[in-house]
Amino acid sequence: MRPARFELHRPTSLREALALKAEHGDAAAFHAGGTELLVALKARVLQYDHLIDIKQIPELRSIRAKDDGTLVIGALSTHHAIANDPLVRKLLPGYAELSEQVANIRVRVAGTIGGVLCFAEPHADAPTLLCALDARLRLAGADGERIVASREFHLGEFTTARRDDELLVSIEVPPQLSGSRAAYRCFGQTERPAVGVAAVWSPAGSQRLSLWAGAISGVPTRLAQAEAAASRLPQAVSADEVWQRLEPAVTADASQLEAHDDLHGGAEYKRHLVTVLAQRAIEACLK
Amino acid sequence: MSTEAHEYPLMRVEMTLNEQAASVEIEPRDLLIDVLRDRLRLKGTKRSCDVQVCGACTVLVDGMPVSSCTTLCADVHGRSVTTIEGLAAGGKLDPVQRAFIAHGALQCGFCTPGMILAVKSLLAQHPDPSDETIRHYLRGNICRCTGYVKIIEAIQDLARNPSRYASETK
Repeated sequence: MRPARFELHRPTSLREALALKAEHGDAAAFHAGGTELLVALKARVLQYDHLIDIKQIPELRSIRAKDDGTLVIGALSTHHAIANDPLVRKLLPGYAELSEQVANIRVRVAGTIGGVLCFAEPHADAPTLLCALDARLRLAGADGERIVASREFHLGEFTTARRDDELLVSIEVPPQLSGSRAAYRCFGQTERPAVGVAAVWSPAGSQRLSLWAGAISGVPTRLAQAEAAASRLPQAVSADEVWQRLEPAVTADASQLEAHDDLHGGAEYKRHLVTVLAQRAIEACLK
Repeated sequence: MSTEAHEYPLMRVEMTLNEQAASVEIEPRDLLIDVLRDRLRLKGTKRSCDVQVCGACTVLVDGMPVSSCTTLCADVHGRSVTTIEGLAAGGKLDPVQRAFIAHGALQCGFCTPGMILAVKSLLAQHPDPSDETIRHYLRGNICRCTGYVKIIEAIQDLARNPSRYASETK
């Protein structure tokens, strides 16, 4: 079914896009890849008089590294672009790998990282890893820009810290410690993950492990007991020993996660998946 | 949310459609699949799931596969669109179509236009794809008849023996 009628605007600058949003307020929504928005508009779950197509704004599209090694990913970057970007593949191969596994090729070609973050459907892949990486999100509004930590961005299902008149400009991933590795593993029987787990492992430093579970709850959630157990590991622990020592803590974290029986699986099954996927993600980091 | 008595201007979309210039006046809400099928009478593009999962409505935009059911026609303004009709222009089948026929890689045929366009894009990016690459690239193109084995065999044979399927005119 076609969406209800709307007027389409095509601003070519961030300022123009924000001005259009200020002018039309609640009657307007930003439109990028459409992989989430158009499905909702077609089902008439959402309806707007104005769509503001932000795809003509070049500054939202670039992927670059700052001098300090921070990776800056424009919000309009598609999953396909991220998966194939030489900088992402070099600096964050685990994120490139995740992006190559999102849904299917058509969704990866059209769907943008900004759209996934702002639509905040919990059954998504990238938000979980971006939380584990402690990414920062740059938002632009009429009053200027502000930075929100990815770990504070997700407030609930379909709800984020982005104000309705703000536009997500870029995702900034801080430089990773030397030798650290990131990996994401997920499972689901639909195109969306039932559960995804992201791990960032650092061979040195005070925090050895950053471990987050996504899709199972409304927002990505830190597996804090596992992280604490990892920081107590001896420096020279073997890869085989790591999981043996962490498993009880991961299982304890998983048992406390908010989960519901739904079409993605039963709550207990999904908690079990958290443990299985945590093991796979951590072992992928240690390989 | 929606307010009353708003005017919704029409838009003109200019695209390259199957290597020919095309111009069509649309409503901003018009989906690419509806414009292709109902306005431009290109019925080879199939609607099935309508939510970007099945791949039946796949067309190529600038050479990459998209779900025409969930793409605004307005979003292809200035771009190049290829539908299944564009592959056999001039009445000569494309090598991918020839390979599918030779290997019996279709039964009911409903998924076939989208599948063949996805394969065109796959082979453009991966001229000699591994079994794993083929399976991964086509994960979002669902076929309920063939069991996929013959589709994969057709692609592998075409990649390894392109001269076997070369079109007379291409």
